[in-house]
Amino acid sequence: MIEVKDLYKRFEDLEVLKGISVDIKEKEVVCVIGPSGSGKSTFLRCINLLEIPSSGEIFIDGERITDKKININKMREEAGMVFQHFNLFPHKTTLENVALAPIKVRKISKAEAEKRAHDLLEKVGLLDKANVYPSSLSGGQKQRVAIARALAMRPKVMLFDEPTSALDPEMVGDVLGVMKDLAKAGMTMIVVTHEMGFAREVADRVLFMDDGIIVEQGTPEDIFSNARNERTKSFLSKVL
Amino acid sequence: MSLLSTYIEHIINVLPDLVTGSMITIEITSFALFFGMILGTISGLGKLSRTRIFRYPCIVYIDFIRGTPLLVQILLFYYGIPGLYSNATGNSLNIDPILAGIIVCSINSGAYIAEIVRAGIQSIDRGQMEAARSLGMTEKMAMREIILPQAFRRIIPPLGNEFIALLKDSSLLAVIGVHELLKTGQLYISRTFAAFPVYIAVAIMYLILTILISRLVAYSERRLGVSDRS
Ligand SMILES: Nc1ncnc2c1ncn2[C@@H]1O[C@H](COP(=O)(O)OP(=O)(O)OP(=O)(O)O)[C@@H](O)[C@H]1O
Ligand SMILES: [Mg+2]
Repeated sequence: MIEVKDLYKRFEDLEVLKGISVDIKEKEVVCVIGPSGSGKSTFLRCINLLEIPSSGEIFIDGERITDKKININKMREEAGMVFQHFNLFPHKTTLENVALAPIKVRKISKAEAEKRAHDLLEKVGLLDKANVYPSSLSGGQKQRVAIARALAMRPKVMLFDEPTSALDPEMVGDVLGVMKDLAKAGMTMIVVTHEMGFAREVADRVLFMDDGIIVEQGTPEDIFSNARNERTKSFLSKVL
Repeated sequence: MSLLSTYIEHIINVLPDLVTGSMITIEITSFALFFGMILGTISGLGKLSRTRIFRYPCIVYIDFIRGTPLLVQILLFYYGIPGLYSNATGNSLNIDPILAGIIVCSINSGAYIAEIVRAGIQSIDRGQMEAARSLGMTEKMAMREIILPQAFRRIIPPLGNEFIALLKDSSLLAVIGVHELLKTGQLYISRTFAAFPVYIAVAIMYLILTILISRLVAYSERRLGVSDRS
């Protein structure tokens, strides 16, 4: 469903992605791990075109999103993104945060969007916070709202960039719980994470990235217990 | 004692004139702030534009206005432009001083407000634009729905300062004969030679106006600021 072919990304003279190729099937949950600066975020951001690839191709559902002629905004509607720092809209209530894009971008009615937002907030366990502003939410609650906000667009794939890295430890579980439910419900997901427990439990496949390439990939078992590459082993020995 | 009572008498006599002058001052300043906000928003956004044909004219406008004295701008507009017109066409052109004052002050405050708007927009975290774009919003939509409303709240205090500065600077319009606050005082002085009490009264009138504005700004800040503490 997502096909990445020989993806390169350069920032001026710094080459960050050096030929990434990967196929991701529908309903697959892929976790991306790797050291800081290895290009994980950049890879994710290329998939919803927050960064424009220097070369290479990306297809979502057979559509070549790297095509110059394609409507970038249209493409972004199909990939929901969850950021490390939530990036909720502080001047909108929780409900408005979730309902805004469906109204403005998908052009559905306000009532329908609010109904949808209501249901999603219920799903992430925050219905009682529907009418408060993000400033009064905890980090874990903010991130769950951010997930609901992305889901409200009914994307084909959800991209998570270290969704729990900015959270206090006691909040991590709630957010991972929501993500697990999502995976169970059959959402296609790409998750950049340092939560090895989550990757081990939920991922269908784990990609280990280092220095702009995918060094090794396989099932969680393959990677966590039977890594073959030295770089993978040395990385895992530091984080596990 | 008789000096004090003379002064008080002058102040009582000049007060109605000063109130009328204050009205003109408020009128000019308010119009100028209104148009300045429109000009400033456009040119502030323009300065941030990636497109050179938008960006460069905005930069030239902002730098020219901020780099030259308001007094010179007033004289250039009120005397210079009609002069150019009559040299070029042979006809004479008369501009109403109040209208000229509003136009010059609008253009002037527009440049300062542009910098306020630009700084306000740039103070909004990049993640806000990225989140909006990731939800499929166009850049324009994200600006309108996400960035500008947040930037607007942040620019209220500097906008209030600009309002106060503009109100005080509008006294320069006395030189082209606008009957604003300072000029009404000066006209009274030219009839009575009561410089001290009248200039004191003029100063106090400006002070009252600027205090009122800062109260108004603080009030709107409180009204609009409630939800924006992230
Ligand atoms: N917009 C940019 N301009 C210039 N360099 C950038 C930009 N974005 C990322 N980089 C650089 O690209 C490299 C890879 O960054 P990236 O954020 O993709 O790494 P990462 O694997 O996500 O790391 P982390 O685990 O720290 O989040 C880094 O050296 C970073 O400094
Ligand atoms: Mg990263």
